[in-house]
Amino acid sequence: MTDTYAAITIRQLNKWFGEYHALKDIDLDVAHGERMVICGPSGSGKSTLIRCVNSLEARDSGSIVVDGIEMTDDTASVAEIRSEVGMVFQQFNLFPHLTVLQNLTLGPIKARGLTPREANARAMAYLERVQIPDQAHKKPRDLSGGQQQRVAIARSLCMDPKIMLFDEPTSALDPEMISEVLDVIIDLAEEGMTMIVVTHEMGFARKAADRMVFMDQGAIVETGTPEEFFERPKTRRCRRFLDQILQH
Amino acid sequence: MSRNTVLLITSLLVLSACSSGPSVWGWYVIDPTTPKGLSNIRFLINGFWATILLSIIAAVMSMTIGLIVALPGMSTNRWVRLPSRIYIEFVRAIPLLPMLFWVFYGLPVVLKSIGINISIDAFWGAIITLAISDSAFTAEIYRSGIQSINKGQTEAAKTVGLTYSQTMRYVILPQAIKRILPPLANQFIYIVKMSAFASVIGMQELTRRANELVVTEYRPLEIYTLLILEYLVLVLIISFFVRWLERKMGADESK
Repeated sequence: MTDTYAAITIRQLNKWFGEYHALKDIDLDVAHGERMVICGPSGSGKSTLIRCVNSLEARDSGSIVVDGIEMTDDTASVAEIRSEVGMVFQQFNLFPHLTVLQNLTLGPIKARGLTPREANARAMAYLERVQIPDQAHKKPRDLSGGQQQRVAIARSLCMDPKIMLFDEPTSALDPEMISEVLDVIIDLAEEGMTMIVVTHEMGFARKAADRMVFMDQGAIVETGTPEEFFERPKTRRCRRFLDQILQH
Repeated sequence: MSRNTVLLITSLLVLSACSSGPSVWGWYVIDPTTPKGLSNIRFLINGFWATILLSIIAAVMSMTIGLIVALPGMSTNRWVRLPSRIYIEFVRAIPLLPMLFWVFYGLPVVLKSIGINISIDAFWGAIITLAISDSAFTAEIYRSGIQSINKGQTEAAKTVGLTYSQTMRYVILPQAIKRILPPLANQFIYIVKMSAFASVIGMQELTRRANELVVTEYRPLEIYTLLILEYLVLVLIISFFVRWLERKMGADESK
């Protein structure tokens, strides 16, 4: 590596689910401030890859270094990495028994030791940012899907992450709610947040990504700037994928 | 079901009592209008406290042991899971009565041999046995309740930095409790009924008192009939509470 250290460095990462080889010798560097979009057909390993970054999936071999912290079998390194990395899930995964505000303050209070007052102030600031401060005292189930996903983003931001992972953040949303969530993500991207977004939203990718990564069958097939990627895809597999996804 | 059962049993008893002669039924032993009958009833009913206390303490202990056993039982590490699995299979396989004998007569000897000199009286012997025997079942109730919570909840908790015990305490258990409490309360009924076994080691609870009265009065039919009714009342009260709990939990769910 020539620069001091990248935000994320992945070398020769392999992951198996039983007999199934889910990730094959993945090498990937993400620079600080980079906005990376990963796309590919379902089952290509995109979600598994980003889930390995914060150790929601344990890797079988290879190395992962996040912001200079090497992931080891020691749980302390995993905890340290997780404290740098926020994650937004396809299914939101909000805590249904807590209010929106409590969803946002649980981590800061219990894991970071903030006082409830500090945590509340921070939570309200992020709720303002995702434009739903008036929903603070509702339960997640009283919110629309788009609102729930924005709460989930705010919940991650409350932990002050340096890197954000988005695992198909709009795939579970009704079409009319997709843009309100993407707008929040674009807003974050413009602020310089390092992020990896797994998504099929190619319009969003063109607008927000610095770099595109195309995966198929557990391997990285092609990477490039959005311009190269969309205008001059190098591989046939990638071209076919783009044809299918951009048809409509 | 319970109301019909009560009606059925009562009408059978009444019919039987009316249709057969005085030689079959001798209600005088528990006739509250006579001083003798009244003191007999008092004697029998005083067993309630022991039965209830025994059951409650055993249930609380069983719930605690059950949770301690259930949590490692859900680990992804097979070696952490193993002791919990062994405990559950082992305890589930032992009938209550032999375990009661072993705890009451055997355990103090074992404890003494390793230098712990405590005697176990009938009360605590019964409690320990009931708690251990029941804890295998409560552990399974916890496990199924906790595993019914979507694993996305655990993942989200990890991403906001919570430790395993914080995740359990603030995220998983508050959600799982709604699915755990009703079957746990049901399990309490089982403990109440099984507490009757404590009579064989001399614990003065409902069944023991009935037995003692039978020995002096020679009227097993009437006394055991009353004994059954005593348990019936106790269990009906608890199942009424369970029903109420289930409704309340269900209402919370849909709110």
